[in-house]
Amino acid sequence: MAIKTQPVTVNLGPQHPSTHGVFRMRVMFDGEEIVDVEPIFGYLHRGSEKLAEERTYTQIITLTDRMDYVSSMLNNQGYILAVEKLAGIEPSPRGVWLRMIASELQRIASHLVATGFLLQDLGALGTPLIYAMRERENILDLFEMLCGARITNSYLRPGGVFMDAPDEFWPALDRGLDDIVNTIDELETYLSGNEIVFSRTKGTAVLPPELLINASITGPMLRASGVDWDLRHRAPYDYYDKISFERILHTASDNYARYWVRVQEARESVKIIKQCIEQIEPGEVRPSFDEVPRLIRPPAGDAYAAIEGSKGELGFYLVSDGSIAPYRMHVRASSLINLTLLREMLIGGQFGDLFVTFGSVDLNMGEVDR
Amino acid sequence: MIGLGLPRGFVVTLKNFIRPPVTEQYPDRHVGLLGAAKEAGMNPFQFLVKKPADSLKAIAGLATVPVAVKQSPRFRGNEFTYFEDRCTACASCAKYCPLGIIEIVSVPGKIDAQEGESYKLEVFDIDIGRCMFCGLCVEACPYDALHMGTNFERSKYVRDELVITKEELFDAPKRPSAFYRPQFEEKGFDPFKETIEDFHDAGRHEQKTYDELKKKWVDER
Ligand code: SF4
Ligand code: SF4
Repeated sequence: MAIKTQPVTVNLGPQHPSTHGVFRMRVMFDGEEIVDVEPIFGYLHRGSEKLAEERTYTQIITLTDRMDYVSSMLNNQGYILAVEKLAGIEPSPRGVWLRMIASELQRIASHLVATGFLLQDLGALGTPLIYAMRERENILDLFEMLCGARITNSYLRPGGVFMDAPDEFWPALDRGLDDIVNTIDELETYLSGNEIVFSRTKGTAVLPPELLINASITGPMLRASGVDWDLRHRAPYDYYDKISFERILHTASDNYARYWVRVQEARESVKIIKQCIEQIEPGEVRPSFDEVPRLIRPPAGDAYAAIEGSKGELGFYLVSDGSIAPYRMHVRASSLINLTLLREMLIGGQFGDLFVTFGSVDLNMGEVDR
Repeated sequence: MIGLGLPRGFVVTLKNFIRPPVTEQYPDRHVGLLGAAKEAGMNPFQFLVKKPADSLKAIAGLATVPVAVKQSPRFRGNEFTYFEDRCTACASCAKYCPLGIIEIVSVPGKIDAQEGESYKLEVFDIDIGRCMFCGLCVEACPYDALHMGTNFERSKYVRDELVITKEELFDAPKRPSAFYRPQFEEKGFDPFKETIEDFHDAGRHEQKTYDELKKKWVDER
């Protein structure tokens, strides 16, 4: 006997612990099934792009920290690359290696957070999240050694980084990398073979690769559908062309594939950092103030630079009118663009999968709203 | 292998169950009798005899000891360290601050036959309530007069009390952070144990030699 049901509309968020910040969805259910989703965002809008128009190029670094606040080093890197392109700055080699190490560490931290919270949304209350956070804490300790701050780093400067790593950083980094590998092993024994994780994530929210490409989705979400697109390999910035690493691909394109790609990418990042440590050479970490002054005045023009952020292609577009502040700054926020397929992922699915799917996108409201 | 995943997962949780905790208790940590005796610097029996009240408290689980939070010497924190004798009131720090929270008022000061004209600083206020500890002001200071601090406890009930004035900076314990000041790292200065009271001891991070200065300001002009 079919039960007669009636669609109900439920408001989820913005103050909901599972919405990764302040995200709001208007969801229409028919029984257990989702019939319609309307994402509503903008609750964390701080106008970073507008604020950038009245700050100098160095001061904007502090704004980029606060966009995607679980991967500030990567944001710094994307922005700095755009400034370097705009002003024609030749970076110092040691500075570039250091910022590659920092940004790969940040990628690991971000993927760990994504994994932890995905499992939290799955109902594994606390345990995997705490394991992931414990490891992230070690990475943040390394950042504190490097630049004195844990979250809002502002470590990078046009042309490199502001200060060389202290002596105690290198042994701590070696130890940290071993710990990271151990934690990832642990997470994998704990989760990758876990039947509950399998049954909850395999085959849910499957997206065809064509749709992902059409919606210009990037990052682990795209690679989980088998499309080999990684900017570190396709359009190497910094010294990624001197590094060899495997591109992690999965073909299933479901929630499990997205989780799996992130965990394996964290492993690859460890290998990248090890290669960076081998290749780094002593030297200056940033050009002298005669070459790159504190107050940069790029020639009029525009520049776009993109990096492979932890969530996808993170691009910064700067327009200069020849003054000390940009005329316009635009950020290609990967989280926001990855969110565009939320409706396709959720409609027809079960209510219980809603937050799992949402978590597998790995979005950060700071970046979505800016 | 289907069927083995869950037991393997439980082995991992069990391993983590018995490993020592990593969480730092802040600001105080509960200790038992042994910990309390160690904190007082005696062995437990001495402690029992000499401080019976404290031992009873410790046995009841009420004793706490403060926790020293592990910080890096580069920690960008509160209570800026400021050497007034070095400051020329150039206001580079104020111009460099992204939020514009440093207020500087200077008036023409004395005229010295040797050093020429100098400015006198009347107001030097930092509105810590809006500061984000980015450190750009410290990076901008050309004379190494301003340093980040290493403190992080400065809660107040009134916002106005968060404004640090020149006098307050002058009296504050000088525990400068090594942020953008490599000279502290070179000489192994530990801001959590020592202070620097005299600006002569603070060193300069890129002091030009006489020849370099002459080349820049005399020969090339
Ligand atoms: S640390 Fe940053 S925000 Fe604070 S006073 Fe200095 S420049 Fe301004
Ligand atoms: S930049 Fe340094 S010398 Fe100039 S006013 Fe600020 S503290 Fe004084």
